[in-house]
Amino acid sequence: MLHISWVDWSVIALYFVFVIGIGIYLRKFTSTGEDFFLAGRRNSSWIAGLAFLSANMGALELLGMTGNTFEYGMYVAHFYWIGAIPAMLFLAVYMMPFYYSSKIHSVPGYLKLRFDEKTRVLNAISFALMTLLVSGINLYAMALVLRTFLGWNWDACMWASAVTVAAYVTMGGLMSAIFTEIIQFFLIWFGLMLASIMGLIEIGGWKAIFARIPDSMGKLWSTSADPSLNGMHVTWMGIVLGLGFVLSFGYWTTDFLVVQRALSAKNLRSARMTPVIASFFKMALPFIVIMGGLIAWVLARDPSSGFKLLVDNGQVRYDSALPMLLARYYPEGLIGLGVTALLAGFMAGQAGNISAFNTVWTYDIYKSVIKKNASDKHYVWMGRVATIAGILISIVTAYWAKSFPSIMDYMQAIFSWVNAPLFATMLLGMFVVWITPNGAFWGLVAGMVSSFTLFILVKFDLISRSLITLSNNASPMAANFWRAWWAWLICFSVTIIVSFFTKPRPREELVGLVKRMTPIAKEEDAPFYKKPAVVAVFSLIILVVLNLLFW
Amino acid sequence: MSEKKMLSIWFFVGLMLTVLGLMVTLTGVNYLFHPQNQTPVTLVHQHLWWGLRNPNLWWGAIMLVGGLLFLIPAYIHYRAER
Repeated sequence: MLHISWVDWSVIALYFVFVIGIGIYLRKFTSTGEDFFLAGRRNSSWIAGLAFLSANMGALELLGMTGNTFEYGMYVAHFYWIGAIPAMLFLAVYMMPFYYSSKIHSVPGYLKLRFDEKTRVLNAISFALMTLLVSGINLYAMALVLRTFLGWNWDACMWASAVTVAAYVTMGGLMSAIFTEIIQFFLIWFGLMLASIMGLIEIGGWKAIFARIPDSMGKLWSTSADPSLNGMHVTWMGIVLGLGFVLSFGYWTTDFLVVQRALSAKNLRSARMTPVIASFFKMALPFIVIMGGLIAWVLARDPSSGFKLLVDNGQVRYDSALPMLLARYYPEGLIGLGVTALLAGFMAGQAGNISAFNTVWTYDIYKSVIKKNASDKHYVWMGRVATIAGILISIVTAYWAKSFPSIMDYMQAIFSWVNAPLFATMLLGMFVVWITPNGAFWGLVAGMVSSFTLFILVKFDLISRSLITLSNNASPMAANFWRAWWAWLICFSVTIIVSFFTKPRPREELVGLVKRMTPIAKEEDAPFYKKPAVVAVFSLIILVVLNLLFW
Repeated sequence: MSEKKMLSIWFFVGLMLTVLGLMVTLTGVNYLFHPQNQTPVTLVHQHLWWGLRNPNLWWGAIMLVGGLLFLIPAYIHYRAER
């Protein structure tokens, strides 16, 4: 347990007071449905871009990825580079015009316009469930940190954080969530980056760290031909198809949690710039999480350093790598800042999920199925009720997550269940005119069911993992990549096959929803260096350089 | 969105960084006179650069300056538009 002084407590308490204060301040600016669910559609691309990235920087991002780097090595950087950047740029250049111009409130809203009501409701329900499960994980991880490192009572920290998030999202809706996400973005950099800087100083710099790491842990691609050569036990094909294509595109282009932030931008050009701006910061994040994990790995193998991860019931807790680095490097005052940065990350992750849940619940389930013609005021009221209900359900799912031995298993199963097949549906829906509503619906059902079935069959050893990973010594993470790929392929194939035998929607109804049927969207004028496609190319160049640098 | 003029997000970012940066810097100043803070790294590596033993001072100052760079322009902009 860390020693926490009154200064540290003051820093932590100040942050809680601050976010509640922001909620109270923003309440008077939040009166209509567009204010509450889309933050009034007035944000600049910088605000939307930072919020876009911050919504993704939850519990898994900080603790999980640092811990994963300790376990798997440099391969975890694939989650930030090939596993994020191409998808973010694809969203900006090709998909955002459809999302933004159709003035939808949500991704299920697009499915309703492109296909039909049943596809929308199926996706809305699965997405709502996913957000509540992920929100519960953020609550659980926050409580885990508070309990492990501050010695707080388990129930008390779970409820304290839940009540804080409920208060500010209920008052200010998406705008509150975005404000706190951006503040959290800066807190994370200022609160956690110092751990990597101190580690670099202590070990003797960049080269000294990599000199002490074997190639299996310190390279990105040169050890990917054979799974036995790298720490993650995966081949380049698993990375490219499973992570780089399906999981990454599935998450960054169809997960409404992140897309919603881009929709809050003030115009189409800002909406397209949102993921492009976020891509630069996403590429920089490994300096905190990957570097932190590698520093922890080096220190843990040097007995003279005195550095150890937590051990619980004989099992090493990889997720403790980042908090243990804070404990090592941060004196009083900075410890409060580091813990606040972690708490802010969890709360922003949870707020992001809850604000996406209240929108999808209100527009795609409540308004679509339960009460179709109510006033705008009524839907804002329902959004606030959904926020509180969502938080209460998250507390239940947090206790459920607590009962799982590994959060990562649970998380990847959820993502490959919902996002991987949805990406096939969205891709076909946006780019192929003759895909039918029944094709999309049954493809989505087949993809989701197959993903879930594969997870259960492998987990309970009913089939061998090597059957889906095409190799004999693949890690559970490699199995996640491959399962996502198969779920995508099944959804893609079933959607096409069923579309051959069923009736498509009339072409005139697809204007603005399918690429071939959509006039080129008129974008606000800007100098060429501010055009999304041009800046996206610059981002791609940096991505290539980073991959070559750590090849 | 309401027509009322709203403080920009950058104002809140600046306010948060300024206040927290000031608190961290002040703890660093206190350590100059009362060097009682002993993190594990200072106990194990006494030979390391002094900054490792008092990062509060320089890191807090960076935060403070960064916070003011957001806070002051955002406030001037808000006053000008009111």
